[in-house]
Amino acid sequence: MGQVKSLADLRKIKEELQGRMSLRENSNNPESLVQVKVAMATCGIASGAKQVMDFFIEEFEKRNIQAVVTQTGCMGYCFAEPTVEITLPGHSPVVYGYVDTKKADDIIEKYIKNGELVDGIIPVNYETIEKK
Amino acid sequence: MKDLSMHILDIAQNSITAGAETIEVEITENRVTDQYRIVITDNGKGMTAAYAAKVTDPYVTSRTTRKVGLGLPLLKQNAERTGGSLEVKSEPEKGTRITALFSLKNIDRPPLGDIGGTMVLLAAANLNIRFIYRHITEKDTFTFDTREVNATLEGMPISEAGVIRFLKEMIRENLQEINIAG
Ligand SMILES: Nc1ncnc2c1ncn2[C@@H]1O[C@H](COP(=O)(O)OP(=O)(O)OP(=O)(O)O)[C@@H](O)[C@H]1O
Ligand code: FES
Ligand SMILES: [Mg+2]
Repeated sequence: MGQVKSLADLRKIKEELQGRMSLRENSNNPESLVQVKVAMATCGIASGAKQVMDFFIEEFEKRNIQAVVTQTGCMGYCFAEPTVEITLPGHSPVVYGYVDTKKADDIIEKYIKNGELVDGIIPVNYETIEKK
Repeated sequence: MKDLSMHILDIAQNSITAGAETIEVEITENRVTDQYRIVITDNGKGMTAAYAAKVTDPYVTSRTTRKVGLGLPLLKQNAERTGGSLEVKSEPEKGTRITALFSLKNIDRPPLGDIGGTMVLLAAANLNIRFIYRHITEKDTFTFDTREVNATLEGMPISEAGVIRFLKEMIRENLQEINIAG
């Protein structure tokens, strides 16, 4: 059996991670970040919300995009799960439905990078969103 | 739900909704007694005993966006299919404990799935909640506690992609080391 990783190893790589973090600008100003919320009620989870969330986290790092990825409870669109709410800095939130990794890729390349709308937007009356 | 880690993600979501500050997931498995037990404990707002007794009925839900709640009924169904059970214990203002009991060897028991990814994702998406994950086998016990992780990180958030990657690996290796059933 080889050495199993522990928190002591995390301490060792921390400095390197810190260096990478400080290379990025704006990281301490949430207003300037792209916000992504993945709906994670039962139906979202059952239809693949976790893979979608993993994908966003990994791809934002690879593509060097400043973003915060979080989860929310139900957004009320069972029929269109997984759903994702994207807020670009200075814009109103937009909700996309039926998001798989391919759609997520489109959302990153077209909407997040260029502000072009992508198919699959769910028209939302924000009053109806359950604040869970 | 495809696997147990997805049920855990879902049940933990109930705890988050209930305003929990600490959420603990404990899995105990024993090949000799054929037990596979998942206990999820939170210190959220809890439920009255009467309400807790009913929540495995899909028509009991506090959600407002649809009329049925599916999380607990689905977990119960999966547990019972293996000859196991689901217990909900709760106290208002104190918290809730969900215990799902499975037969370890029963072919209807869903596999554990990506538990490391699930715990790390929960931690990364809910930085203010303390998550504890303990996995107990006949061989040993592995404990993952975000309080310890945060102490190590000294201010760097768990949600940092490099940290997420490291923690997933760390959990995977440690679970392999204690020889989990999967
Ligand atoms: N940890 C908890 N603390 C407080 N209340 C809870 C907890 N877990 C469940 N409940 C209550 O039990 C109800 C049923 O939970 P269940 O997970 O089955 O369905 P849901 O969360 O309402 O909907 P779904 O899981 O399908 O998104 C919830 O609506 C909530 O009122
Ligand atoms: S319950 Fe399905 S989207 Fe919320
Ligand atoms: Mg639920």
